Amino acid sequence: MARSMCWHCQSEVAGEYFCERCVKVQPVSKETDYFTCLGFPRRLTIDPTELEAKFYELSRAFHPDFYQNKSETEQSISLGNAATLNTAYRTLRDPIQRAEYLLDLEAGAVKEIRPSPPADLFEEILALQDTLEEYRASDRASPTGKQLRDKLHTEQQTLEQRKCDMEVQLKQLFFDWDALQDRGEATGEARSERDRLLKQMREILSNRSYVNHIVDDLVATIG
Amino acid sequence: MARIVGIDLGTTNSLIGVMDSGFPILLADSEGFRLTPSIVHFPVSGEPLVGRPAGRMRAISPERTVFSVKRLMGVRPGETGKDTFPFRVADAQGKTTIVIGDHTVTPEEVSTIILSKLKADAERSLGSSIDRAVITVPAYFNDLQRQATKRAGEAAGFAVERIINEPTAAALAYGLDRLKDRAKIAVYDLGGGTFDISILELNEGVFRVLSTNGNTRLGGDDIDRDLVRLLEERITARYPEIRHELKDPLFSARLRELAHDAKLRLSEENGMQIEIPFLSGNRRFNYLLSRQELEAITRPIIRRTRSHCLRSMDDAKVAPRDLDEVILVGGVTRMPIVRQLVAEIFQRLPNTSQNPDEAVAIGATIQAGIISGEIQSVVLLDVTPLSLGVETFGGLMNVIIPRNTTIPCKAGEMFTNAVAYQRSMRIKVLQGERELAKDNWQLGSFEIEFAPVPKGVARVGIQFEIDANGILHVLARDISTGQQTLLDLASAVDVSDEAVEQMIAESVDHAFEDMSERVWTETSIRSNELLPAVKSALTLVGDQLTQADKQEIDALVKAVNEALDSKDIQRLKSANAALDQGTQHLATLLIDRAMSEAERRRAG
Repeated sequence: MARSMCWHCQSEVAGEYFCERCVKVQPVSKETDYFTCLGFPRRLTIDPTELEAKFYELSRAFHPDFYQNKSETEQSISLGNAATLNTAYRTLRDPIQRAEYLLDLEAGAVKEIRPSPPADLFEEILALQDTLEEYRASDRASPTGKQLRDKLHTEQQTLEQRKCDMEVQLKQLFFDWDALQDRGEATGEARSERDRLLKQMREILSNRSYVNHIVDDLVATIG
Repeated sequence: MARIVGIDLGTTNSLIGVMDSGFPILLADSEGFRLTPSIVHFPVSGEPLVGRPAGRMRAISPERTVFSVKRLMGVRPGETGKDTFPFRVADAQGKTTIVIGDHTVTPEEVSTIILSKLKADAERSLGSSIDRAVITVPAYFNDLQRQATKRAGEAAGFAVERIINEPTAAALAYGLDRLKDRAKIAVYDLGGGTFDISILELNEGVFRVLSTNGNTRLGGDDIDRDLVRLLEERITARYPEIRHELKDPLFSARLRELAHDAKLRLSEENGMQIEIPFLSGNRRFNYLLSRQELEAITRPIIRRTRSHCLRSMDDAKVAPRDLDEVILVGGVTRMPIVRQLVAEIFQRLPNTSQNPDEAVAIGATIQAGIISGEIQSVVLLDVTPLSLGVETFGGLMNVIIPRNTTIPCKAGEMFTNAVAYQRSMRIKVLQGERELAKDNWQLGSFEIEFAPVPKGVARVGIQFEIDANGILHVLARDISTGQQTLLDLASAVDVSDEAVEQMIAESVDHAFEDMSERVWTETSIRSNELLPAVKSALTLVGDQLTQADKQEIDALVKAVNEALDSKDIQRLKSANAALDQGTQHLATLLIDRAMSEAERRRAG
């Protein structure tokens, strides 16, 4: 835990939100990640109820309503802390955003990897784009239009199934990641396992958002 | 410690309260009523009258009696919609003003007068001075409307400790004696001028707003207006010869009072006799107005709240069955038809436990108690109602803080120079949910200054902060020193597009020899904006152009490129202008495309 000095009484504070000596609120450091901010380890499975409880507890500590009668410095710390807390909660609450955030934190070796969608998915989507164009140009009430619509509908279901599968895979990866972290080994094997997990997560997350876009587009077109 | 009062500054009525031994109580005004009509009368000489005495002048001196001024707060001329007032609303250099005889007042000043009366009456009743206040605003108020309200409070001599959203305040009033509960509630707040819907989660003293939606010009005033129109039609049907007399301001004011009273009465009764004994000469007007007739007028107005309710549930990711209660506040929710339509929307009977006129003021007082420390077990987490963004290339809105983000919040955005040696860039700040920048509220603009460096090298970080009042602050961060400076948002009126263009044009026209470098840079910036824009427009909508159009645009593009190579300022200026002119059609196509895309997305 980073050590720093209380802005008010200059005594040492070790990452606590309030100085032990003068009880003044301390600014959440810019280097503090959202997991640390909310007091959770860097894990991908988080109990939403616990997260919410922690968010509420810290809101009671930081909300500007409780600093209106304090000094300007404390008011501005409260505002900054509450804003950081709100962003931290919003990011960690959603499992996908949480994973994306963790990847950004842990990236290191895998940061440079810009995954491209696997060939089969890519081709499937290219074909789908053509059908979409065809449908948009067609008379929707005509038999061809209806046929195309049915086809798109089936495609949509296939894609949504694919998305579900990816989410199941992700869940497993999240689980593996957490288990690896819990073991806390510093072996070369553990390191390569770590990179493999990060790489796979990044790939699936990016494919998932790719599929997501297409599904949105589909839904917008066929309603 | 000085006491903090809670104030509901309403369209029709205003109220003020204070915490008393741990309980919120409302104070009566000098006339003995807790509800002070938000009406100000400006006599020809002497001090303005406020509240009930002013209300009595409305039918006698309508052009000097100002009411429903909340609908004009923070609103620019031309944005007043269908509202018509018996007093004169004018445009003074881009600001909405009210003309009283040969004087003018701003809506903000009228609000200050109302707040001053509330303050004076409360001080008299408490026997001590008060200078700190919490003031409510409709949840769907934008940044400009919030700031105007805050300034009005400050001008009345208050330190405005918090601007709080009305439905959130009502939720506090509802939830204060249910602090052990966990529940999801909706607050449906339909007042005289504005409509808000908020979905909240109550969890052991935490009041968290999940989403909010609304319309700041939808309320009881609209019903009054349509009812007046109906009565006018009935009168003209009977006495067509006095049609012109209906427009008389005195008569209009009288009719408006009658309509308003009839609306109130018809919440209790099924029909009422409207009587105007001395209509004109010895003509008299008698009309039995039924509740059904009033409801026929009201229904389309109330139906407009439906889409807001659905959107707020969608944003909060709740279905009607997930809600534990739907709380009604605002005077209009006394109307049986409103209760019926709310029941339809939310598929349940609404909760009418709160006094619809007083809940918001009680809530504001509770918020005052939270700030003063008298109430300790409550945390209020509200959201920003509208997405905040900046205008980007092609006149689109780029969202920086999405709607329903918990406040306070911050978001950083990095801006870089689009062309080499560009010295500055003006950024327009917007609030709203529309795709096109021009369809959103323009909060103002600020200027970023760059060091003279090659394209893409200059970097300025801008921080957008929305505080607990829902008010925006824009800060520029100097990356080398880490120093933050607060930027002033020049109001969109101060720097209209024409003014900016005029400024640039003038600086170009009056260029001296030593300025030619700068003029050249400015002109080439314009070219470098135009060229990629035209290129991307051509890829998007080029297939909708005729071959001849395309060739013409190609020629114009070529002319600009050649002018750029020639380093001839005049030549480049005219080439730019020609390209700009020649691609107007292209811009229209782009906008059409964006619109239909937006439509498509909405339909989906």
